[in-house]
Amino acid sequence: MSAWLSGWRLVIAFVGTVIVVPAAGLVLTWVDRFVSARVQWRKGPPFYQPFADVLKLLLKQTIVPTGAARTVFLFAPLVGIAGMSLVAVMLFYSNLGVVVAQRTSFVGDIIVILYSFALVPLAFIIGASASRNPVAAVGASREMTLYLGYELPFVLALLVPIVKVAQKWDVASALRLGGLIAYQQQFGPFLYSISGVIAAIIILFVIQAKLGYVPFDIPEAEQEIMSGVIVEYSGAPLAAFRITRAMMFVLLPLFLLTVLWGGIGDWWAILKFLLIVVLVVLMKNTNPRLTIHQALTFFWFILAPLGIVGLVLAFIGL
Amino acid sequence: MKDLRVWGLKKSPWVYHLAAASCNNCDIEILELLTPRYDVERFGAVLVGSPRHADALLVTGVINRKSLPRVLEVYEQTPKPCLVIAIGTCACNCHIFRNSYNAVGPYDKYIPVNAYIPGCPPKPEAMIMGIVKALSKL
Ligand code: SF4
Repeated sequence: MSAWLSGWRLVIAFVGTVIVVPAAGLVLTWVDRFVSARVQWRKGPPFYQPFADVLKLLLKQTIVPTGAARTVFLFAPLVGIAGMSLVAVMLFYSNLGVVVAQRTSFVGDIIVILYSFALVPLAFIIGASASRNPVAAVGASREMTLYLGYELPFVLALLVPIVKVAQKWDVASALRLGGLIAYQQQFGPFLYSISGVIAAIIILFVIQAKLGYVPFDIPEAEQEIMSGVIVEYSGAPLAAFRITRAMMFVLLPLFLLTVLWGGIGDWWAILKFLLIVVLVVLMKNTNPRLTIHQALTFFWFILAPLGIVGLVLAFIGL
Repeated sequence: MKDLRVWGLKKSPWVYHLAAASCNNCDIEILELLTPRYDVERFGAVLVGSPRHADALLVTGVINRKSLPRVLEVYEQTPKPCLVIAIGTCACNCHIFRNSYNAVGPYDKYIPVNAYIPGCPPKPEAMIMGIVKALSKL
């Protein structure tokens, strides 16, 4: 652990987390809005639009509603940012370097990442519950249900590469991101097998749900429950939530790339990354919103069995 | 700091649609304004669902006794600085409802209004012009 947190790698990881990831996320938010605009045959906002939004929110008045749990209300957005920074440091650490060894990073970091991603819905739920707004409470309950829905297929999909590495090498290197990347550098990405494709499809849907994009934007349906979980937020905390979302928009495709598509060591990774992002945006633009009941059914009774099929195929070796 | 704030406000006015008691025509034109045809997202304007996120209130209709407390409450819930843009002749000066028994007056009697866009209802182009003018005056 002490060797893990040392030297220039730590500096680079820290800088990458604090500056590059939120900035890249805001640029990606613009890509999202630009592609959406082009799908609807209009011009779309200028590239600095997300930066202007965040800047404006940071400088606006922050209102804490009467009767809200003030401290919790104001600190909840930071929980999400903290979780995302953690994920960013771990992802960049295990991906730096052209050849990643089987033993890079620590055992179980993939599990830590799984739970760090869970900090974001947790932040939304805590913040919404602290705001003492009935609409936010509806949003929080939906966020919770949605989280319960997508976590099962997500874990099943992540088990596919883990099983493959565990069969080839050992369990200790299967639970490290470094192990997964080293495997892919040696034997080719997981995506080029049947179980890998199944896992990628599942993770794509889960990305959509984790980002709160359209078929699964149930917790913050603007037209229905007035932005749901973030209804009471204004000013800087709202900007923090937007930055969290932006960081997620970078880190989730990056995570998919790392665990299934060969890591982010080479230049091809940029194209692959943009492909995933555009796929997510197109999915967002061509779907209507589901109800929470439909989303849960979709995740539990369609994607989870699909994940089990993928897992069985991975055990067989396909 | 002040300049940055004005720049941000100019470049991303998030609008909240507040109808006090309009005849619905102005509201329909506002919805028209937000469709891809007019593409107000070019100016960074986005329709938000909660007044907490809003920078500009698009207000329509004439305030009556029932809607006055609600309008004031929504105005209080909006974080400052915020713009108020009165859309339609009703919002500007009560229009045909001036002498009505329950109309208590136009918006500028109760809250500061930054821009008046007359018309019954105004065209979306006129609204864009009014909003852009109000923003450039900041
Ligand atoms: S200005 Fe005309 S269209 Fe608008 S609310 Fe009044 S009467 Fe209706």
